[in-house]
Amino acid sequence: MTIEDLYQIGALYREQLASFRAEIQICGSGTCRSAGAAEIQRAFESVCEEEGIRPEIRIVTTGCMGLCGQGPLLRVLPGDVTYTRITAGDAERIIREHVINGKPLKERMLPEDYPFFTRQTPVVLEHMGRIDPESIEDYIAHGGYEALAKAVTYQSPEHIILEIRNAGLRGRGGGGYPTGLKWDIVRRGTSQQKYVVCNADEGDPGAFMDRAMLEGNPHAILEGMAVAGYAVGATQGFVYVRGEYPLAVDRMKRAITEAERKQLLGNRIFDSGFSFRVDLRMGAGAFVSGEETALLHSIEGKRGQPNPRPPYPSQVGLWGKPTVVNNVETFANVAPIIHRGARWFQGIGTKRSTGTKVFALAGRVRDTGLIEVPMGTTLREVIFDIGGGITDGGSFKAVQTGGPSGGCIPEKHLDIPVDYESLAQAGSIMGSGGMIVMDDSSCMVDVAAYFMEFCQSESCGKCIPCRVGTVQLSRLLDRIRRGVASEQDIETLEELCVMVKDTSLCGLGQAAPNPVISALHFFRPEFERHYRDHVCEAGVCPVHSTEAAGDAAGIESGGAHV
Amino acid sequence: MSEIRTLTIDGEMISAPAGATVLDAAREHGIRIPTLCHLDGLSDTGACRLCLVEIEGNNRLQPACVTRVEEQMVVRSSSPRIEKYRRMILELLFAEGNHVCAVCVVNGHCDLQDLAYDVGMDHVRFDYLHPQREVDSSHDRFVLDHNRCILCARCVRVCDEIEGAQTLDIAGRGVASWIVSDLEERWGEARSCTSCGKCLLVCPTGSLFEKGLRHADSSRKADFLRYMVNVTRRQK
Ligand SMILES: Cc1cc2nc3c(=O)[nH]c(=O)nc-3n(C[C@H](O)[C@H](O)[C@H](O)COP(=O)(O)O)c2cc1C
Ligand code: SF4
Ligand code: SF4
Ligand code: SF4
Ligand code: FES
Ligand code: FES
Repeated sequence: MTIEDLYQIGALYREQLASFRAEIQICGSGTCRSAGAAEIQRAFESVCEEEGIRPEIRIVTTGCMGLCGQGPLLRVLPGDVTYTRITAGDAERIIREHVINGKPLKERMLPEDYPFFTRQTPVVLEHMGRIDPESIEDYIAHGGYEALAKAVTYQSPEHIILEIRNAGLRGRGGGGYPTGLKWDIVRRGTSQQKYVVCNADEGDPGAFMDRAMLEGNPHAILEGMAVAGYAVGATQGFVYVRGEYPLAVDRMKRAITEAERKQLLGNRIFDSGFSFRVDLRMGAGAFVSGEETALLHSIEGKRGQPNPRPPYPSQVGLWGKPTVVNNVETFANVAPIIHRGARWFQGIGTKRSTGTKVFALAGRVRDTGLIEVPMGTTLREVIFDIGGGITDGGSFKAVQTGGPSGGCIPEKHLDIPVDYESLAQAGSIMGSGGMIVMDDSSCMVDVAAYFMEFCQSESCGKCIPCRVGTVQLSRLLDRIRRGVASEQDIETLEELCVMVKDTSLCGLGQAAPNPVISALHFFRPEFERHYRDHVCEAGVCPVHSTEAAGDAAGIESGGAHV
Repeated sequence: MSEIRTLTIDGEMISAPAGATVLDAAREHGIRIPTLCHLDGLSDTGACRLCLVEIEGNNRLQPACVTRVEEQMVVRSSSPRIEKYRRMILELLFAEGNHVCAVCVVNGHCDLQDLAYDVGMDHVRFDYLHPQREVDSSHDRFVLDHNRCILCARCVRVCDEIEGAQTLDIAGRGVASWIVSDLEERWGEARSCTSCGKCLLVCPTGSLFEKGLRHADSSRKADFLRYMVNVTRRQK
């Protein structure tokens, strides 16, 4: 395979695409898939058969189109018309009226200027929901593997690392560590053998960004990994996917096989001296296995427990060798940067947080789904402009970012820009990109308790503060929820939060108290209402009823009820 | 010989060979840092967090047992914050298992108990979890009482690294983690166990003990390990 061959494959495929009279893209990811995307596809196919136009129509299952909350989604080309809440029964009208007669169904289509889409800046999601994730040719037709070709044929590893550094790309797995610096450490490692690992474990409750990318555009991740391999001098990569993602595993497996067959992975890629292989490893789906040292243990076939760092994987990684560990989204940013240059990338986002960030927007907003915005976009824009505001005319209460390691941000901070520093300042984190919007129907004590419960059951059990501290924190929160906590309990809760944060071995324990700390910081009166007045205003917690609270007031502290 | 690093621990200037841990360096100079999962001769895992120290210029506390000395490093092995955390860690441990010292075979010779005395842990402010745990007495000679296990994994490491039997391991997650033998069989059925008894010798609590042992006889201490390690090294 040479660059010319690559261009040829792309050109050929684009010609094929152009020969179709129309194209019907059906979202076959997550929510849409479970809402019957496959059945919808069959319905469209058979209507086309009936109409005798089957060979002229391209019908393709794509990855997530983004607006999951209104799925199943379907797009018709030419014209780029998107339909929402499609059923198999819609096939006839859409084919007859739109495809054959050229008259889109006005009442069913999404307005062209629908803000959910127009306010986004797709970089890593650019081709998502548009290409066939099971066709390497489709990816190539959209410029795929050109960055890899460019890298290995006429750029030096040093140059690529410099480009990534200049672009300012920071890890999208949560920590935000500069990717170029990490690669540089691995490159300078003296070992003969080095590795590149893609962290596709994604254990955050409610998050599905990485899964969507693996399902919707697997080659983009492989290409990013291969460029990383070239830049650091690694010949072997691993994609570590959680076993609960069977479709992602299938698509990735297929992508690896196809890339090998086309010699885009394997020996002497683009006739250069660079060889790179990728293997898939499946995780058993423990949250802690996403922690990089635990993940590496798991790939080595050991128990997925973290090690103290330093040494970092970039110094001592897989089987003791220097190893790049990056997140799915981080790798997906690589090809666009090599393709369009550091300067272009720098132009998106803020000074210290460049580029875009993908979020899984969920909760009480009108439009939920997968979005990508430039760093620095405010939370208000995300929730109200893109998400369309709170559902059912409710009022905004808080947004939880960063999953179990993050925190809740109240109304008064809605105008902070989404970047690593600002979120941290507001007591939360970027995390991997889960974003849960809450209104008055949510109780912050309950939310804090939920995340603590999660961390407690996901703790690996190796270190004491996390293993036992989270259990005690859960118990204290539960007492507050039930309205039987005392002032003393609140003190213990706060003290224990700080202790677990400061003394745990890995990021799980170190971050577990974050949701509690931020909830206490911004919503303290709500906690007080629970333990002093025995009232949960949202009506979520099993506190004593208001009448009982009257009786209980006579008995000085709730603790007496236990 | 290797290079030398100079550093300060608790205001005292000391030197240590490059590659030494802060714990090694401190102990070499008579500075006591409490430990529980560490044992000379076994690999370190940094699990118990009792040896946490403050290192100037770093907000995070660092475990002395796995932190390497560096030139000009300024270490504090005790501070109100550290003391408080150490006490809390022990409180958490006592609340986690079922530690009834009065009826324990190692009462009076227990590392956990000693540490609690040392750090002045006089009460436990957390809920006792009162877990339902079993006692595995299926082995001919030894008993594993899960009620007193603190999951320090010393037994796991000695069995793997010194005896080479790899009988013991940790299974499960979080507070539900537990010590298992072979493929989660009862210890008596674990065919890889050589009955060497090394695990008993390193257990810091009364979790592993010999059948028929009265606590007066139980002054086993882990010094033998250093001896074992030296013997092994000499053979190589
Ligand atoms: C408990 C825990 C879970 C984590 N889970 C993930 C995960 O699912 N995916 C991920 O990319 N990073 C996860 N991380 C972060 C990784 O340890 C690591 O920092 C990251 O993969 C580095 O990639 P990046 O530099 O591209 O962000 C987790 C960290 C912790 C402490
Ligand atoms: S912080 Fe939690 S998950 Fe991390 S090592 Fe400690 S017990 Fe395990
Ligand atoms: S007696 Fe020896 S071989 Fe058996 S479990 Fe203990 S250390 Fe391992
Ligand atoms: S049995 Fe003893 S040595 Fe083994 S983990 Fe438990 S307390 Fe530690
Ligand atoms: S799953 Fe179909 S739009 Fe996201
Ligand atoms: S002795 Fe260092 S963490 Fe246990």
